[in-house]
Amino acid sequence: MLNVIWLLLLVSGIIVAAINGNVEVVTQAALGSARGAVKVCFDLIGIMALWLGIMKIAEKAGMVQGIARLMKPLIRRLFPTIPPDHPAMGAVILNLSANMLGLGNAATPFGMKAMQELQRLNKDSDEASEAMCTFLALNTSCITLVPATIIGVRVSFASANPTEIVGPCIFATAIAMTIAITLDYWFRRYSPWRRIP
Amino acid sequence: MSLAFLDTISRWAIPFLLLVIPLVGFLRKVPVYEAFVEGAEEGFTTAVKIIPFLVGMMVAISVFRASGAMEALSQVVEPFTSRMGVPSEVLPLAIMRPLSGSAVLGMATELMKTHGPDSLIGRLASVMQGTTDTTFFVLTVYFGSVGIKKYRYSIVTGLTADITGFIASVYICNLIFK
Repeated sequence: MLNVIWLLLLVSGIIVAAINGNVEVVTQAALGSARGAVKVCFDLIGIMALWLGIMKIAEKAGMVQGIARLMKPLIRRLFPTIPPDHPAMGAVILNLSANMLGLGNAATPFGMKAMQELQRLNKDSDEASEAMCTFLALNTSCITLVPATIIGVRVSFASANPTEIVGPCIFATAIAMTIAITLDYWFRRYSPWRRIP
Repeated sequence: MSLAFLDTISRWAIPFLLLVIPLVGFLRKVPVYEAFVEGAEEGFTTAVKIIPFLVGMMVAISVFRASGAMEALSQVVEPFTSRMGVPSEVLPLAIMRPLSGSAVLGMATELMKTHGPDSLIGRLASVMQGTTDTTFFVLTVYFGSVGIKKYRYSIVTGLTADITGFIASVYICNLIFK
């Protein structure tokens, strides 16, 4: 699936550029974004270090496991393959909370920590586990209660009511999240792609 | 929800975490600074590990966008989506939503500059920006950081959620703001 999408993005781009007679755009875009990608990663180093450091304190103080225990009833249903007070679940909850608050830069390190813990339970396979798929379904469709960035943009263009979009955002994400959870559940339990019958 | 309230939350969220976690840690006898450094060490390796995945994704996406293929695609689907009440101006934004967060923010800003933040287009762009996430970026980075290469069904789940979020945004905006 990803192989096909990746190839389609490249091939369709190059064909369209060729038809328009400006293939040199492709060269520029490819080289520029390759350099840009590394810059993104380097910018991430500091932020990652900060939040992974804070997270380690939370872990040693038992807060990460505490959060997981608090959300046990929910976690048990969504992640049946993970022991409910496993540190992975604490990281998952932290990531989703950071997402909800619109704290993108804190969400990413928490999410990667969660993936590392889940990968340990996945016995370092190169194939995604059920729990990882569920986590990413939740993560990518997660409700943002405080979409701070876009509110900021609306304020800067003198919107009469910059926060009026919060309600509709919550409505739309709630529906998207419901679909994501349902679909993930179906894939995990009934689809031909499930691992355990 | 009032602006002042949301503003307070977003301004206090990070200072709050930076205050509470080390403080609780200290009270529970954690050597806080040592624990911080121990955790922070992983920051470099994790960030470096995602480079190949991010380069692969960002190159493909930027070729797709810069070549005009994205515009071509939005012209192809435009006749169908306009019947659903989607203004053609926001279509490129919807196509880019799962691919690139920074591109979408730029596009939403541009649309609000041209049409005003309180127009249907401006509101729709805002709602779509705040709904769902950059699925491809998240999958690439998260799976990449632990060396997962086979994503199984997670792309289908993520993209279906994105399309659902898009349809729901269009529906609710047409309902409330038209």
